[in-house]
Amino acid sequence: MSTKKFHTIESTAVPLPIENVDTDQIIPARFLKATTRDGFGENLFRDWRFDKNDQPKTDFALNSSVYSGTILIGGKNFGSGSSREHAAWAIHDYGFKVVVSSFFADIFKNNALNNGLLPVQVSEDFLSRIFQAIEKDASSMLKVDLKNQQITLSASGEPSLRARRSQSERFDINPYKKECLLNGYDDIDFLLSIKETIAQFEQART
Amino acid sequence: MKELAGKTLFDKIWDAHVVEEIKGGPSVLYIDKHLIHEVTSPQAFAGIDKRGISVFRPQHTIATPDHNIPTVDQHLTIQDELSRFQVDKLTENCEKHGVTLYGLNHPYQGIVHVIGPELGITQPGMTMVCGDSHTSTHGAFGSVAFGIGTSEVEMVLATQCILQPKPGKMRITVDGELPKGVTAKDVILYIISKISTSGGTGYFIEYAGSVIRSLSMEGRMTVCNMSIESGARGGIIAPDETTFDYIKEKEFAPKGEEFDRAVKSWKVLKSDEDAVFDQELHFDAADIEPMITYGTNPGMGAKITGHIPFVEETEAGNRESYKKSLAYMDFEAGTPIAGRKVDYVFVGSCTNGRIEDLREVATFIKGRQKADHVTAWIVPGSKQVEKQAIKEGIADVLEKAGFQLRQPGCSACLAMNDDKVPEGKLAVSTSNRNFEGRQGPGSRTMLASPITAAAAAVTGTVTDPRSML
Repeated sequence: MSTKKFHTIESTAVPLPIENVDTDQIIPARFLKATTRDGFGENLFRDWRFDKNDQPKTDFALNSSVYSGTILIGGKNFGSGSSREHAAWAIHDYGFKVVVSSFFADIFKNNALNNGLLPVQVSEDFLSRIFQAIEKDASSMLKVDLKNQQITLSASGEPSLRARRSQSERFDINPYKKECLLNGYDDIDFLLSIKETIAQFEQART
Repeated sequence: MKELAGKTLFDKIWDAHVVEEIKGGPSVLYIDKHLIHEVTSPQAFAGIDKRGISVFRPQHTIATPDHNIPTVDQHLTIQDELSRFQVDKLTENCEKHGVTLYGLNHPYQGIVHVIGPELGITQPGMTMVCGDSHTSTHGAFGSVAFGIGTSEVEMVLATQCILQPKPGKMRITVDGELPKGVTAKDVILYIISKISTSGGTGYFIEYAGSVIRSLSMEGRMTVCNMSIESGARGGIIAPDETTFDYIKEKEFAPKGEEFDRAVKSWKVLKSDEDAVFDQELHFDAADIEPMITYGTNPGMGAKITGHIPFVEETEAGNRESYKKSLAYMDFEAGTPIAGRKVDYVFVGSCTNGRIEDLREVATFIKGRQKADHVTAWIVPGSKQVEKQAIKEGIADVLEKAGFQLRQPGCSACLAMNDDKVPEGKLAVSTSNRNFEGRQGPGSRTMLASPITAAAAAVTGTVTDPRSML
C-alpha cells in the first residue's frame, strides 16, 4: 500500500518561534477520541488557536492573514512529550508538508516520517535566519529539496530578488527513509515482504 | 575498534532482537511483548483490515482500556459517546483478531504500564512496545521498552517487528544515599531538571549506582517511566534480586524450575565492565531534595525549598518558552515555590499509581485531614492495586482523610475523561506531565512525589513534606 511520493516543496512558511512545542499543544488529549486518521487538522494547536469560547486568537500565527504556506517552522525540541501520532496527522491534515526546526523529539520525528510529513532539522543559526526573514517579510520563500537534501531560504518573495538573497543549508535524513518518501514506499509493505525471515528468526530463538 | 569493547545491557538485548539490518537504514527489530489500549490502536487495526491481513502473532499482544475511561461507575455503560465507541472498538478488534483483552470489568484491567509488571508479563531481556510514550516504565525490569506511534503499532500487529534506528547509549549513575523524605520521583525530577526535556533525545538511558540499586521495583518504574520526559527513547535498569523477587509468583511469570532457569539467564543481563557509553552522567544523592515543577514542561523543576527562577537563571535557548510558561502558570520569578495555595491533588498515573505509592500516601495521611479547600483524588493504577488498597485498609485511611478513591485508569494525568482540573486551578500531581492544559484546558500542574502531593493535600499549600515526617 504505497503512500504519496514526496516532491520538492516550495512555499512561504508559518512561524512558531517557541521552543519545546509538545504534542499535547499540537493536539490536546481530549481530541484523540477518533478511530480514523482524518480530521485532526481542525483541532491542530486547538488551545493556542482558539480561546475558551472557540473564537480564534488573532495573535496566533495560524490565525494570521499574514502567514500562509505548507511549511511550519518551530523552535528547538519540536514535538516532545506524548507519542501520539495524531500530532503528525493533525499537522499534515491541516495542510503542512514540512516542519522545520533545529531539533526534533525522536518519536515525533518517526511519526512524521511515517506519514509523509518531512521533518527538516537545520542549524540553530539557519533557524533564526528563517524566523528573521519571515518576520521582516512574510512572503519569504523556502524550498525543500529532499532529493538533494537541501533547504533554501529566499529572503524576499519577489522573484527578481530571490536568487541574489538566497541561502541554503544541507539537512540530514536516514537514506532508507529518504527512499521511502521519494518513492512512496511503505514500511509495512517492506516488513510483510520479509515475513519468512521473521518466522525463521522466531524458529532460531526457540 | 568498537567491536572489541564490551557491550552495554541495552546493546545485548537490542542486538539479540535484530532480525535484519537495512543498509543505511533502521533495524528490523523483533518485539516480544506488545501492549495496546483504546486510543492509539484503532487506526492500526483499520490498517490491517484494509490490507486484508490478520494479526501475525496475536498471542504477543495484550490489550486493556485505560486512557479515556471514567473512574467512577465503571460497571455502567460509558456515558461519553466517543469514549464508549473507542473502547467498544478495542473490544471488537481484539475479538476479531484473537488478542487477549482485559476489559473494563476484568480483574486485571488497569493502566497498561501498571498491569504489565504486576501480571508478570514484563520480564528481563524482552523487547516491549506500546503506542504510549511511558512504555519506558518496563525498562525497570531490564527490558528494552519504548513508546511508538500508531503506524508502528500497525507494523507490530502485521509482522511482530518494527523498523527502528538504534539510539545512542547514555548512562546516568546516582550514588550515595537518599535523604529522608526523598523518593524515586524526586530522583527523576532532579535528573530531568538537570538535563532538560531534550537532554536525553537520541539516547536510551541506563540508570545505575547505589541509589538506583536501593530502589524498590515500584521506585525503579517511576524513574524509568519519566525517561521520555528527558527526550530519551527509554530507560533501563539491570535486573537483580529485587527484580527477581518482584517477578516471582506473578501470574504470567515462569514457575518452579522454569523460573530458576529464567533467573539464571536474567543474571547475565548487565553492561560489561568495559562497555562504552556515548554519554555518562553522575549525580550525588546528597544534592537531591524533594522536587517539584513550576513550569509547563517536566524539565522546569526545582527543589521545593527553592524559588521560581529569574529568566536570567534559565538556559539561554529556552527563555521564550520559559517566559510563556510563567505567564501560563501565573507565577512570579523570584518568589518562593513553597507556600502557594493548592486547589487539587492528584495521586495516580503510570508514574505513581502503584500500591507502594498508595501505601506511602496512606502512611503520611493517617490521622490527618485534607485541607477543606482541596479536592484530592486517588486513582489506583489497576484493579489489582485497588483491590490491594482496600484489603490493606489504605482505602479506608484515605477516605477518612477526605480523599476520593476513584476507579483505575489514566484519569487526570491527561484528562481525556471527566477527571479534569478546572481552568486556572492549581494541582499538585504525581503524574508525569505539566504541559499547558494537560490536566484540563487552562489547568495548572505542579509535578511532585506522592508524599509531597499528600503534604499539599493536608496543608492546602505547596509544602516540603520533610517538615511533616
